[in-house]
Amino acid sequence: MGKRSTPGLNTSSTADIAFLLLCYFLMTSTMGSHTGLSRRLPPMPDENQKAQEQKVNRRNIILVRINSQDALFAGTEPIDVSQLKDKIKIFLTNPTNLPNLPEKKMEDIKGLGEKRLVSQGVISLQNDRGTSYQAYIAVQNELVKAVNELRDEAAMAEFGRTFFALNEDQQDIIKAMVPQQISEAEPKDVTKKRR
Amino acid sequence: MFKKEGKKEVPAMETSSISDIVFMFLFFFMVTTQLRSTENKVQVRIPSASEAVKLERKDLSSYINVGTPIRSLQAQYGNETRIQLNDSFRTTKDIRDFVAAERESMSEADRAFMTVCIKADQNTRMGIITDIKQELRRCSALKIMYSATRTQD
Repeated sequence: MGKRSTPGLNTSSTADIAFLLLCYFLMTSTMGSHTGLSRRLPPMPDENQKAQEQKVNRRNIILVRINSQDALFAGTEPIDVSQLKDKIKIFLTNPTNLPNLPEKKMEDIKGLGEKRLVSQGVISLQNDRGTSYQAYIAVQNELVKAVNELRDEAAMAEFGRTFFALNEDQQDIIKAMVPQQISEAEPKDVTKKRR
Repeated sequence: MFKKEGKKEVPAMETSSISDIVFMFLFFFMVTTQLRSTENKVQVRIPSASEAVKLERKDLSSYINVGTPIRSLQAQYGNETRIQLNDSFRTTKDIRDFVAAERESMSEADRAFMTVCIKADQNTRMGIITDIKQELRRCSALKIMYSATRTQD
């Protein structure tokens, strides 16, 4: 009697099965790159508590306003979105120590052990109910970009590397040196009454 | 001289490794993608921003879609801007319940890191976004993210 060889398992269809599975997952899943601009909302003021007016020096605030026609105002004058970043950078750094730009305060930076001048500037962003979301995001983006570039510069001066290349502790130091202070104004009731 | 005689047949192509390759593809896609949990009922063309950063913990985020209903639903719901929570159209008043439900589904340690991702169409008016933001503040879901695609500049 001759040796009976077992026939090889026919595997050509496993590829088809695997392809079917692949197609199924391709259809039911989304590519996982979700990006966006991260923000932290201010907590709701307590109703019982009296709304205490936060006393902030006028020179420390820049008012960025977008009206219902998507026109942008920084301070009082109209401005183009492309110029906003530079304006914000000048506002936050105040290179020539002008009296109408934000004051700087010596502050202890945690982790650094030294004191550094920190700008007290706050960007106040106001929008109308009719502002388009696109314009709003464009402005937010410019504000973030201004702060990111300042942080990059600070990181270069302090550690000789870009902000992105620093480790977490170093990033915290830079964040303390260049705070991102964007306040989104309380929505005004004025526009609500009009409706 | 010593040539063997017999038919010269081209051997059949080895196909057993195709399935391995495809399985590798499959695993790649399973790892890099996430299951689509909800169906989009509003048209959302996400605005672009150069400073957009990646969402850190996808499992800790809940989504609010804002936009006009998709074309097949416009006959039923009109073409006003609507808010979509999970799988249905809702109003700003329902956000409170939505946030509470999302919080409930997370483990206690993760609740502080919950991010609400606002996916709004670029032509949306800010009025509705402001309402959503106020409502989120009221239920103290303060970490938010404006969804935007990253552009190189």
